Amino acid sequence: MSARTLYDKLWDDHVVHQEADGTALIYIDRHLVHEVTSPQAFEGLKLSGRALWRGSTILATPDHNVPTTARAAGIVDPVSRTQVETLDANCAELGLNEFRMSDPRQGIVHVIGPEQGFTLPGSTLVCGDSHTSTHGAFAALAFGIGTSEVEHVLATQCLWQKKSKAMLVRVEGDLPAGVTAKDIALAVIGRIGTAGGTGYAVEFGGSAIRALSMEGRMTLCNMAIEAGARAGMVAADEKTIRYMEGRPQSPKGADWDQAAAYWRTLHSDAGAQFDAVLELAAAEITPQVTWGTSPEMVVAVTDRVPNPADAPNAVKKADWERALAYMGLTGGTPIHEITIDKAFIGSCTNSRIEDLREAAAVARWATAKGRRVAANVKLAMVVPGSGLVKAQAEAEGLDKDFVAAGFEWREPGCSMCLAMNADRLEPGERCASTSNRNFEGRQGQGGRTHLVSPAMAAAAAVFGHFVDIRALANALTIEVLQ
Amino acid sequence: MKPFTPLKGLVAPLDRANVDTDAIIPKQFLKSIKRSGFGPNAFDEWRYLDRGEPGMDCTNRPVNPDFVLNHARYQGASVLLARENFGCGSSREHAPWALEDYGFRVIIAPSYADIFFNNCFKNGVLPIVLAAETVDRLFQETEASAGYALTVDLAAQTLTTPGGEVIAFEVDGERKHRLLNGLDDIGLTLQLTDQIKAYEARRRQEAAWLFL
Repeated sequence: MSARTLYDKLWDDHVVHQEADGTALIYIDRHLVHEVTSPQAFEGLKLSGRALWRGSTILATPDHNVPTTARAAGIVDPVSRTQVETLDANCAELGLNEFRMSDPRQGIVHVIGPEQGFTLPGSTLVCGDSHTSTHGAFAALAFGIGTSEVEHVLATQCLWQKKSKAMLVRVEGDLPAGVTAKDIALAVIGRIGTAGGTGYAVEFGGSAIRALSMEGRMTLCNMAIEAGARAGMVAADEKTIRYMEGRPQSPKGADWDQAAAYWRTLHSDAGAQFDAVLELAAAEITPQVTWGTSPEMVVAVTDRVPNPADAPNAVKKADWERALAYMGLTGGTPIHEITIDKAFIGSCTNSRIEDLREAAAVARWATAKGRRVAANVKLAMVVPGSGLVKAQAEAEGLDKDFVAAGFEWREPGCSMCLAMNADRLEPGERCASTSNRNFEGRQGQGGRTHLVSPAMAAAAAVFGHFVDIRALANALTIEVLQ
Repeated sequence: MKPFTPLKGLVAPLDRANVDTDAIIPKQFLKSIKRSGFGPNAFDEWRYLDRGEPGMDCTNRPVNPDFVLNHARYQGASVLLARENFGCGSSREHAPWALEDYGFRVIIAPSYADIFFNNCFKNGVLPIVLAAETVDRLFQETEASAGYALTVDLAAQTLTTPGGEVIAFEVDGERKHRLLNGLDDIGLTLQLTDQIKAYEARRRQEAAWLFL
């Protein structure tokens, strides 16, 4: 057999049926379900009188609408409450495994899937949510689908797909201190644009990717969709296998041995051909800050907001002008001069324990220096990705580090990444956010979002404006920031 | 899904690249558990001057006179002319639901985001891809003449301009077939039940750990 990419291997193992034109029926091993994109699918299934194909492949949880404060009081907004109650009722009726809002394991679907060992290397995994690409970190084929396709998977355990082209993003070398997987993701999107990955399944490889933790790989694959890619993925290695060990839904005993042996084959073969290859040197990647209303509108923290006059073409120029007007920024402004009103540390991109540790280190540094969240910052909130992440952080005392420095410590959920619950920006408010989208109105109508890594968001909260985390990473040069 | 029949439709030009699904239908309207009724909130933040919330009567809200879809000449449009990477962002099928409910049956753009493109076909909305230069020209023609309408024939895979120019477009064969006939994907897939079961039986042997 000729050399195959990781994507080829995952694809080949899941083809149930293929049409002459290449359209294939693909088997789906795992299905995550949340309250926003599922009610119409469950309703459709019921109205058509069809049966659920294989309910044991499903893990459900409410995450988008859940409050991050005073949870014992339930959901105040009646429309949000109805949506969550509808999920609860659908799961109860069909006997599905759901972590309800009161369950200590509840959290963002893309955080709890890996945490539970529900996300398996070598599997196909879907969810009615674009950030399903996150799970590709486990050498899984994972992608977001619409509600009609959610219903299709409920009824058939399969999806119709055309195979994408394969792209390799290779990042070699060592990342500088303070530069993270989030910065790699933003740097890649800055390079190829938000449509640069359209039509591709992207594999991230190279020594810098192998050096990332599983959580870092999740952050990176999470943002693959922001480059337009169908899926992002990373080859399985011993780190992947170690992560899977002992998780509640991981295989056990003889199943484990069989699974782990297979997982060790989940990498692109030497000589496998990709349709496109992008190479980046890790050493040249800097802390990234978005300045506009698309993730591709991104520069280094040491850079300036670009001038529309320098745009490569007329469509982009108009785009940049509109973005600057919306963001209330002027071309040429140094990024470090941009002050913020709020900071948000959370989302399926950056709400795992390592993210919180990185942000908490900044909070501890601030407290040690007699500083706290800057006076111009109205709110700096930390929203863990799941109940288990929250418990782990509290066991490590991170919650106290945050609170001592003036950050708010919240309950788990999607929160202000998309502001479907009560957490949102008011018109004109500017936010340093660890989430994934800086679209107009994403964090609240008129809100202005700057995407950054967790430590960068925490540092912006403490200083009241963006700062270069690399200076903080070296305590000796800390005074430079003041 | 209703079959896609030939139509002659008024064209509305939305001259922005990277129009995302948050713009097409803002998140607060995603709290609905229904599949219909999203049209009045399509492009809500661009279309109205106040903050939209679920349950509001949109007929009394202040409209933004600068937003192109509010211009009198584009009322009743069923063809949306757009720029590259249309529909980027979230997987929310509420985006095509909102566009369809608003009255759009056809979208024309140089490129689309992947999930949005898929979702359109599931809802009787035809997303047509044309070269950027052709789209550019259609923008100019639409803006130059009021009442500019295109005839869209999916079976023939053609657009016809008011001037009689015929523009061919590509569409995936299987998708075209399903859209033209209004076929139900799930019904078609369930005809392959035996193959799905055979696949499962084989995988249970090969990879039992996937079936715990």
